[in-house]
Amino acid sequence: MTKRLLTAALLLSVSALPALAAKTSLVVGMPIEPPGLDPTIAAPVAIREVTWVNLYEGLVRIDRSGKVQPLLAKSWEVSPDGLSYTFRLQEGVKFHDGSTFDSADVKFAFDRARDPKSTNAQKQIFAPITSIETPDPATVVIRLKETSGNFLYYLGWGDAVIVAPETAANNAANPVGTGPFKFKSWTRGDRVELTKNPDYWQKDKVKLESVTFRFISDAQAQVAALRAGDVDAFPNLGAPELFAEFQKDNRFKAVAGNTEGETVAGINSAKKPFDDVRVRRALMHAVDRKALIEGAYSGFGQPIGSFFSPNNPAFVDTTNVIPYDVEKAKALLKEAGHGNGLSITIKSPQMAYASRSAELLSAMMAEVGVDLKIIPTEFPAKWIEEVFKNKDYDVTIVSHTEPLDIEIFARDSYYFNYKNEKFKALVAEAAKTTDEKARFAKYAEAQKILAEDVPALFLFQLPKLGVWNAKVQGLWENSPIPSNDVTEVSWSE
Amino acid sequence: MLRLVITRLVSLAVTLLFVSLAIFLILEVLPGDPAAIMLGTAAREDTLAALRQELGLDQPALLRYLQWIGGIFQGDLGTSITYKMPVSTLVAERMNVTLPLSLLAILISTALALPLGVAAAARRDGPVDRAVLVFSQLGVAVPNFWIGLLFILFFSTWLGWFPAGGFPGWNAGVGPALQALLLPAVALALPQAAVLTRVTRSATLEVIGADFVRTARAKGVDKSATLRRHVVPNALIPVTTILGLQLSFFFGGAILVENVFNLPGLGRLAYQALNQRDLVVIKDIVLIFSGLVIVVNFLVDIGYAILDPRLRSRA
Repeated sequence: MTKRLLTAALLLSVSALPALAAKTSLVVGMPIEPPGLDPTIAAPVAIREVTWVNLYEGLVRIDRSGKVQPLLAKSWEVSPDGLSYTFRLQEGVKFHDGSTFDSADVKFAFDRARDPKSTNAQKQIFAPITSIETPDPATVVIRLKETSGNFLYYLGWGDAVIVAPETAANNAANPVGTGPFKFKSWTRGDRVELTKNPDYWQKDKVKLESVTFRFISDAQAQVAALRAGDVDAFPNLGAPELFAEFQKDNRFKAVAGNTEGETVAGINSAKKPFDDVRVRRALMHAVDRKALIEGAYSGFGQPIGSFFSPNNPAFVDTTNVIPYDVEKAKALLKEAGHGNGLSITIKSPQMAYASRSAELLSAMMAEVGVDLKIIPTEFPAKWIEEVFKNKDYDVTIVSHTEPLDIEIFARDSYYFNYKNEKFKALVAEAAKTTDEKARFAKYAEAQKILAEDVPALFLFQLPKLGVWNAKVQGLWENSPIPSNDVTEVSWSE
Repeated sequence: MLRLVITRLVSLAVTLLFVSLAIFLILEVLPGDPAAIMLGTAAREDTLAALRQELGLDQPALLRYLQWIGGIFQGDLGTSITYKMPVSTLVAERMNVTLPLSLLAILISTALALPLGVAAAARRDGPVDRAVLVFSQLGVAVPNFWIGLLFILFFSTWLGWFPAGGFPGWNAGVGPALQALLLPAVALALPQAAVLTRVTRSATLEVIGADFVRTARAKGVDKSATLRRHVVPNALIPVTTILGLQLSFFFGGAILVENVFNLPGLGRLAYQALNQRDLVVIKDIVLIFSGLVIVVNFLVDIGYAILDPRLRSRA
C-alpha cells in the first residue's frame, strides 16, 4: 500500500513538472576560455563565441545562413559610385551602462579600430575608410577611398562591433555593449555569466533570463558534463568519436554543421622541391580526403578542394580538380624527377585533428613513395614562431578559422610562400567588386586557381559538432561566423 | 640564533634574485610572440607592431627586467596580457582554489601516512607491513594525474557521486566547494602519502630499535604505550621535515591535477598562461611558486636549528 502511494506521489510530481514555466537559464559549454572579452583588440575565436551579438552589436550582423542583416543600422544607402555608405541608426538604443547609443559611438568605435595604434586583429576591414561623418545622432556617413564588395559583410564581424568611448578601454575585463545580454561575472578559469538586458531595444525577441558559458577543455569532461546535465549545450564538442552516441540518444540533439575553419596542410611553395607545381599536385593526388576525414574526425567534416567555406554563398566545390589518384601522383612525381622517392617533413601541432591528420597523410604519402616524417610542434606559440614567422618547414597542418580569408594566399610574406600575380589581382578585384554576382564569379575563379596550384593540401572543413538538450531551441547548426548567438534561444517546455 | 636567521634571510633574498633572473632569461629565449598569438594568423605586420609596442615588448630586455622587479617591490605584479587585469587579482582568485586544495591534500596525506607508517613499523614484516609496502610502491609509481583520470571515470562518470570537474566557487557554499575539491585532493595526496608512509615507517623502526625504548619496555611500560609516548614523538621529527619539503610537490602537482579536474587554480592559470605566452603571468607565478619553496626551506632550516642545538653554533 505504502509502495503504491509512493509511486502515485512520484508520478504526480513528475507529471507536475511540465506544468512549470519553461526554463529560462542556459549553460553553454566551450572548450577554450576567451582571453579577455573584447573582440576588437584580439583575434581568438573564443572571444567571439561569448560576446558576438550577445554582449556587443555591430551596425549589421551575419545571420545563421551567412547573410548580412541590419542590426544597429536599420537601413543604409550606398552611393552610385560605391564610395559612400549612409547608415540610418536604430533610435532608443542604450549601452549596458545606461548611456545612449548614437552616431558618435559609431564614429568613435571605427576611429579607434583604424587608429595606427589600434590592435584590431582585422584592421584591414577599416583600411578603405577615408572619413566618418555624423550629420545627426541617427545618421552615419562613411566614405571609402575605393569600392569594397565585402565592406558591409565585414561590418558584421566581431571586430567591428560598436563600443562606447567611456567604457571601451575596460571592455576586456568588464564588457559594455548594446546586446541582449549584460555582463554579470567572470570566474576566471571556469565561467562567464550573462544576464538579460532589461533595456534591450528588441526585448521581445529574448527568452532567456541568464546565460552561463562554462569552459571545459578536456573532451571526456565535456561529454560527462553534458550527460550529467551540468551543461545544456556544447556547440563545438571536442570528441568526434563520441558524437555518434549523442546522435542516437533522443534526449539530445546532435548536429554536424560547418565552421569557417578550412583545415589545410600548408606547403612551403618557395622551397625545393615544392616550387615545382607537379610535386604539389602529386601530393594532393595522394590524399584520400574521405579516408582522412574518417580517421581524423570520425567521418564528420566536408571535403574541400580549395580555401573557401561551404557556409559562404560564393563557395564552389573544387574537390574534383585534383582528386585522389595514386597512379597519377606517382606519374607526376616521376615526371618531376622524384621517381625514386622523396623525403619530406610535416610540422604537426598538438590538436587532435591535426596530429591525426598528419599520421594519415604520412601513411597516404607512403603509398606514392613519399616519406613524410612527422615533427611535432606546439600551437600556437611554437608553431607561430617556426612556421608562421620563420617559414622553417616543408609541410604543416592547421585550420584557418577566420571567415572569408582566401586573401591570405595573396599576401607575399605569408607562410605558404605562394606567389601568383594573377590570383593576387583577382582577389583584390573581387574585394572591390560591389556587384554580388560578379564578385562571386571572381571568388569562384580564385578558388579554382588555388585548387589547381595547390599552395596547400586542401583537406576538409572543420565540422561544428553541436550537441544540446533536445528541448533547447534556436541554436545555430553552422557557424558562418565564429559565434554562439543565444539571442533567440529558448526552452521548448 | 639571530645571526643564523639574518644570514639565512640574506641568502633567501639572493636566491630569489637569481631565480627571478633565471625565469626572465628562460622566457626570453622561449619561442613564441605573445602579440602574434593574441592577433591570430590573419593579422597584419603593422597591427602586430602596434600590439608589441602596447605590451612594451619592443623595449630592451634589461629595462623590461628592471621594470618587472621594480614593480614587484612596489607590490605591482603587472597586468595580464590575455586577461587584461592585474595579475595580483588573478593570483588571489586562483589561490582560493589552490591553497585549500593543497592544504586538503596535505591533511589527507598525513592522515593516511602517519597511522599506516606507524602500524607497519609496529609489526615489522607482518601482514599490515606488507600491505603498506605494496601501497607505498604503487603510490610512488603511479602519477597523480592518472589517478585523477581513474577517479573521474569511477566516482563521477560511473557512480555519479562527485562532479566530473569544475569548481562551483566558495559562494556556492562550503559543502559543494569541498565536494569539488575532494577527489583532486585525494589524487594529489596519494603519491605524497606513499612517500610519507615510507619515511614514517623507517623513522619509527629506527626509534623502536633505540636504547631508551628498550629501557621503557624493561621498566614495564606496555607496547602500545611505549609506541605512543616514546616512539612516535621522536619519529615525528624527520617526518615533519619531509612534510615541509613536500609542500613544493603539492604546488607543482596542482598544475597537472587542476587541469585534469578543470579546477580554476593557480596551476591551471600557469598552464594557460604558458600556452598563450602571457609572459607577465608566467613570470609572476613561477616566481611565487619558487618563493614559496624557498621560504619553506628557510623555515625548515630555522626549525632544524631549534630542534638541534648543534646547528645553531655552526651557523
